[in-house]
Amino acid sequence: MKLRLLWRPLAFIALLLLLWEVGVRRQASHLLPGPWGVVGGIVDLVRHGLLTKYVVASLFRVTWGFALAVVTAIPLGLAIGWYRRAEMALNPILQILRPISPLAWIPIAILWFGVGDLAAVFLIFVGCFFPLMLTAIDAVQSIPAVYINAGRNFGLSSASLVYRVLYPAVVPNLIVGLRITLGIAWLVVVAAEMIAVSSGLGFLIVDARNAGNRYDLVVAGMLIIGIIGLLLDQGMRSLEKVKSFRWGYSED
Amino acid sequence: MNALSQPAKWERFFWPVVATGLMLALWYYSVRWSGTKVFPSPREVEKGLAELLGHHVLWKDIIDSLRRVAVGFGLAVLVGIPLGLTLGWYPAANQVVNPTMQILRPISPIAWIPVAIIFFGVGDEAAIFLIFLGAFFPIVVACVNGVANVPSVYRRAGRNFGLTPPQLLARVLFPAALPQILVGLRIALGIAWLVVVAAEMIAVDSGLGYLVIDSRNSGKRYDLVVAAILLIGLIGLILDLAFRRLEKLRSVRWGFRHES
Amino acid sequence: MPVMQPIAAPLPFTVKTRLSVDRVSMVFERDGKRTEVLNNISLEVGDGEFVCLLGPSGCGKSTLLNAMAGFLTPTSGEIRVDGETVRKPDPRRIFVFQERGVFPWLTVEGNIGFGLSKLGRSEREQRIAHYVKMVGLEGFEKTYPQELSGGMKQRLEVARALAVNPDMLLLDEPFGALDSITRLVMRGELLRIWEAERKTVIFVTHDIDEAVQLADRVVVMSARPATIQQIVNIDIPHPRDISSARYLELRDGIFKQIGLAHKV
Repeated sequence: MKLRLLWRPLAFIALLLLLWEVGVRRQASHLLPGPWGVVGGIVDLVRHGLLTKYVVASLFRVTWGFALAVVTAIPLGLAIGWYRRAEMALNPILQILRPISPLAWIPIAILWFGVGDLAAVFLIFVGCFFPLMLTAIDAVQSIPAVYINAGRNFGLSSASLVYRVLYPAVVPNLIVGLRITLGIAWLVVVAAEMIAVSSGLGFLIVDARNAGNRYDLVVAGMLIIGIIGLLLDQGMRSLEKVKSFRWGYSED
Repeated sequence: MNALSQPAKWERFFWPVVATGLMLALWYYSVRWSGTKVFPSPREVEKGLAELLGHHVLWKDIIDSLRRVAVGFGLAVLVGIPLGLTLGWYPAANQVVNPTMQILRPISPIAWIPVAIIFFGVGDEAAIFLIFLGAFFPIVVACVNGVANVPSVYRRAGRNFGLTPPQLLARVLFPAALPQILVGLRIALGIAWLVVVAAEMIAVDSGLGYLVIDSRNSGKRYDLVVAAILLIGLIGLILDLAFRRLEKLRSVRWGFRHES
Repeated sequence: MPVMQPIAAPLPFTVKTRLSVDRVSMVFERDGKRTEVLNNISLEVGDGEFVCLLGPSGCGKSTLLNAMAGFLTPTSGEIRVDGETVRKPDPRRIFVFQERGVFPWLTVEGNIGFGLSKLGRSEREQRIAHYVKMVGLEGFEKTYPQELSGGMKQRLEVARALAVNPDMLLLDEPFGALDSITRLVMRGELLRIWEAERKTVIFVTHDIDEAVQLADRVVVMSARPATIQQIVNIDIPHPRDISSARYLELRDGIFKQIGLAHKV
């Protein structure tokens, strides 16, 4: 049974690879690599030690940008969500800043931080900050009033109300928000690296193209981006499986 | 004063004005005290905005960006919804396709730029392709989950009334999944707006993204950069609000949480 | 006349058999675990009869009802409607769900008209109007279920079922989620509709009073794996006086049969 579950998706992937190979052979320009070319590209990257170096560089930026956004946006969002007037006051500003593509901040990031790691971290921070803050605000506001009343009923002080009722009640929503935001961070880092820095997977893609149309490296880079993105997502999903959070998710 | 106390009516206007005022003051004084010559103050941005609005290039840029989003997002909807519904309807098919989608999905649409340029050259099509990619996966995933989460009562009721499978899909599963699909569409539209700006910064030479990068590159006009950024935010907000109105339609309202 | 009747009492000759359950057993296998839910159940239901399946929660009476509707296939034995083996759901027998089965994306009109798409427009509208009136939802035609009360939603679901003119109604604890006053009112409504339309009704419940108030016959089922313990004829004409000696006698008989002391 397990084997059967596995081989069909694998066969589908093999079919796609075959179509890709055939498509590449039939094109005239020979710019795009076939699957074998991409494997060769990955081997090249590993041999030059670039793969680990670039993956580490990208993950480093994502970690910092994401972590900074988490430690600032979530407490702020929870506080704003708890005080209605604060939410009212800041809502218009947040609503305008949120839909700004983090990449549009690139000129400002370069102006403030120069071309380098800091600029990329800033862009990721900006990209994560607003979605996280809105998730936190929403999470607090969607706590059923019965929980809060029940907590009060048992005579909890404000501090223990926050710790024993609010915090556990918002965590499931927050984790979903964190997962989605990490996806955004991964999207932003690639774009940022294509413009604002000279290392990382995004840089790899742009550099491989600009320096000699090495499209095998371009596609290899894309594939690695996909796989790491998938791993990050799975990692966050495994958090959702932790028992004490699970009540918040309807589906398995 | 906490989440449970009811604010008075006048506060709904008072607090936003206060907060926005404070924010602008903070901006103004940080620019003044830091003595920067490059970063604009609110006042300069206002002038920049007026300059842009007086220029007909701005309208062309806005229309270019919106057109790309409309086409790319529209294509993603046209392809993604039928595909997502089908995959949700046949879990066996979904199992086959899912691993491939899971690998393709986290690839930043921006990373496709070099490939898009090979396929389509520098121009509208490349940008549209990138937007399509960015919007496509969230839409498919929302449809698959939406159909999978339809309570079995509704399916059984539909079958009980003698519906054929296509009728069941059209008359039960689609409307039952619609609230969740709309949420996915709204997220996808947000991503499309994010991608178009990025694509225009790299792959084409018109649109709001291009306006941002061009204002910087040709003469460090940071007043125009910030003005353009604010415009991007404003238009994104309008798109989002317009989409939220759809969620208020009565045939889908049951699927959303309400304030009351 | 004895209170209790032998198992599988034959129907009076004058009534045509609508539904026959013939030695049906049902076994579920899940993660290698075998659960026997129904054990060798046989039952005949006549045309226009009102039968209650009564048993403790989780005994498998809903499973039996689902099999009658064609949502589930028995592991052994078969179920026949009008002599035809049941293999899949059919609009001639409509299931009314325990959980709310009305479609939240359609109005009252839309729900009632759901099974009527084959009819012409004017006929469809007539039917809808007829059943809106029958279940007392006039004035709510354009309302969405979200804005209706629980009792109204349940009446709406009954109306949706009746509108396609089925031969049988299969009701799965339809009033279980309602408050006790609404439930009493709904029972009266259901009986009124049943007397007007004379559909065959199979009604699943775990409420002894409900069964004795409604049914022509009450099928008492045992805990899992469910077997038929007893079939009780309720020989009181409608409207039933629920303080009459006969009513109490029948009810207490079932209480004893299930093994409950009739005290609180």
